[in-house]
Amino acid sequence: MMSDENGLSHRFEINGHDFSNAGRISTNIKAILQEIGIHSSIVVRTAIASYEAEMNVVMYAHRAVLTLNITPEKLHLKLEDEGPGIENIDLAMKEGFSTATDEMREMGFGAGMGLPNIKKNADKFEISSIPGKGTSIDITICLDKTEKK
Amino acid sequence: MKLKEIIEKLQLKVLMDQDKLDMEVTGGYTSDMLSDAIANSKEGNLWITLQTHQNIIAVAKLKDLSGIIIVNNREPDEDTLQKAKEENVPLLGSEETAYEVSGKLYELISS
Ligand SMILES: Nc1ncnc2c1ncn2[C@@H]1O[C@H](COP(=O)(O)OP(=O)(O)OP(=O)(O)O)[C@@H](O)[C@H]1O
Ligand SMILES: [Mg+2]
Repeated sequence: MMSDENGLSHRFEINGHDFSNAGRISTNIKAILQEIGIHSSIVVRTAIASYEAEMNVVMYAHRAVLTLNITPEKLHLKLEDEGPGIENIDLAMKEGFSTATDEMREMGFGAGMGLPNIKKNADKFEISSIPGKGTSIDITICLDKTEKK
Repeated sequence: MKLKEIIEKLQLKVLMDQDKLDMEVTGGYTSDMLSDAIANSKEGNLWITLQTHQNIIAVAKLKDLSGIIIVNNREPDEDTLQKAKEENVPLLGSEETAYEVSGKLYELISS
């Protein structure tokens, strides 16, 4: 954990294809937020967003760094992965679009709801990608109101 | 209604016991897709699913669900049991289908 004038910062590493630890980082983030007394509706929204971002790394990328930054005004999740990237972001953002394998679908992944879920739960959401290199996601959740803007 | 009453009335098998059987169940959510369950289930819900692998535990934990009912007499994987224990998520089993379990749970909770 690091601390500076911009608030508290936590850094996590996610490994691609590691289904046995999948969800651990989001569970960790949820516990951190609960411990500092963040409103439960915001904790749930952040947990959903980080879970979906984490699962996408596990399913599609090689590895990623996720940073959680907490200021009095907002929570900021920044994810940068190394992986195949996303060719067509508009398509990837469509609910129902998925390139999950049959094996992943059998496990209940691949509804094509992950990225739309992140967007729904964020006050601000940005995604960019370089095919062949990786994907970056920025999620901001405001703390000044419990309802989504 | 408390989880232990539901276990009794629906004749569920307790696959992984927790000290949470006094917990209040707020309703249920039936789905086999994890992104759907995490998006649409509500705190205190029982999640009815045929998924048996360990990733279901994180979903229940993140959404503060009251437990998971695995239907069709399917057996959870060994790591699922282990993870349920670690994360304190009640894991239940039913011989019935998701349709039957959902219908009965709905009746019980709304009556
Ligand atoms: N980090 C990533 N790297 C490469 N491709 C990605 C990444 N995240 C998402 N994608 C692509 O975008 C598609 C849509 O992602 P989304 O999370 O919405 O759905 P999904 O992961 O396929 O299914 P679900 O999240 O419902 O289990 C994926 O199928 C994949 O092709
Ligand atoms: Mg996804």
